[in-house]
Amino acid sequence: MARTRFQADHGLSSRMLLTMFLLGLLYVVFVAVLVALKIPLILVLLIAGGFLFFQYFFSDRIALASMRGREVSPEQAPELHQMVDRLCALANMPKPKVAIADTDLPNAFATGRNQQHAVVCVTTGILRRLSEPELEAVLSHELSHVAHRDVAVMTLASFLGILAGFVVRSSIYAGAYGGGGWGRSNNRDNNAGAVILLVVLASAVVYALSFLLTRLLSRYRELSADRAGAILIGRPSLLASALVKITGDMSRIPTRDLRAAEPLNAFFFAPALAPGFSFSSLFATHPPLERRLEQLAQLEAQLGRPA
Amino acid sequence: MKFLDALLGRSRPAPPKLDALFGVSGAAITLEAAAGMRPTGQAAVCFHPASGQGFAAASEELKELLELAIAEAGSTLKVTDDRYGYRWVVLADPEMEDLVTSVHLVNSTLEQHGFGPQLLCSVFGFATADGAKRFHLVYLYKRGSFYPFAPLGGERRDNELELQVKAALGGDLPVEPELARWFALWGLPLD
Repeated sequence: MARTRFQADHGLSSRMLLTMFLLGLLYVVFVAVLVALKIPLILVLLIAGGFLFFQYFFSDRIALASMRGREVSPEQAPELHQMVDRLCALANMPKPKVAIADTDLPNAFATGRNQQHAVVCVTTGILRRLSEPELEAVLSHELSHVAHRDVAVMTLASFLGILAGFVVRSSIYAGAYGGGGWGRSNNRDNNAGAVILLVVLASAVVYALSFLLTRLLSRYRELSADRAGAILIGRPSLLASALVKITGDMSRIPTRDLRAAEPLNAFFFAPALAPGFSFSSLFATHPPLERRLEQLAQLEAQLGRPA
Repeated sequence: MKFLDALLGRSRPAPPKLDALFGVSGAAITLEAAAGMRPTGQAAVCFHPASGQGFAAASEELKELLELAIAEAGSTLKVTDDRYGYRWVVLADPEMEDLVTSVHLVNSTLEQHGFGPQLLCSVFGFATADGAKRFHLVYLYKRGSFYPFAPLGGERRDNELELQVKAALGGDLPVEPELARWFALWGLPLD
């Protein structure tokens, strides 16, 4: 174990573990309900599993394509590559692909199922606005996402939501057209209708709960990436200043750009929210700015202490 | 543990491996015999400066230690920051053994103060007797491996020379097996 000046954050780890446990518990309960109601579980699992598989294996290409990011060679962006090269050597991880998205939105994201298939993408907006050290801090945050395998973890965590959503839709469909397609064939119609209603209700509740838990998990992963990124470069305040600069700039960008990017928020360094859109903190993919700055200030204080 | 770390979103700062550094003196002899490359007498340690009083204190102590050591060995020292914000301690000493010892001193001092994870690499300069060909032997702390970096003008690399050096070094030093990790260090402050 390397000597380091930073203390482990056991609180964050245990909160994250609890969230995952609750998600798992919810998953077990949901599957048990489906089994008890004699839903053809194999079929449902196969279809939802197919979505998951697709999302898992193509996450890098999907995210890049939707942000119109293009991979750049070391000759095209020598400084960006040099920064990533050095950070990867510091962190002892393989170098991900480097991409640039041509948009004025100041942001960065990392995606890819593992370290071998990772992409780190920055926008031209962030390249223009941040100083080089700040950009390096942002890159170290994104590389931490790659090191923590956040795409894999979040894809697995969102599986339950996909599953529940799928069951709701197919049950409604079965109720409307099949007259009890899920129910046993010897059931009377009103019995089958009751089963469908139960399934829809249970799935809707599971969907809502899993949505909240996934978002909570996402916020914890962001805090973890902030922490690891700040520790990697040893300068927590740089990451804080990059955060302030980006979120400050966010509100000055034309609204159309922001709306177009909103579905991708979970991958972003700082979420792009259109102003005037009230968003309860429960649903946010990222922790509030104050919470992130507070954590970085604590790390900075740990650095200040004598050895 | 790796699985748990991924699950909990933790990454442990990579610890530096310092022991392989002493192999450089032996490798220098091999290089001269096999490829006609001699040490230029220059070496550098590169690290990422951290913020805060803890790092400032470590830097101060490092400076005092180095000045003492250098006064004894008769070598010279300069400290520069490059454009990427990394700090280079550049050491010069005609004796390869002393050079390696000084480099190790810089590394171990930083490590003792808890800044081991901040270490990026150490670099040793090599060149042919007429100076026509030159390359830098880069040591990656986190991997515990070496690779040659031979810059030409205009941010190009002499890959042929690098691969020749790799072949010559094979038995003496752990050469980094993944070529993707042989990253370029443009603008490094050695001659």
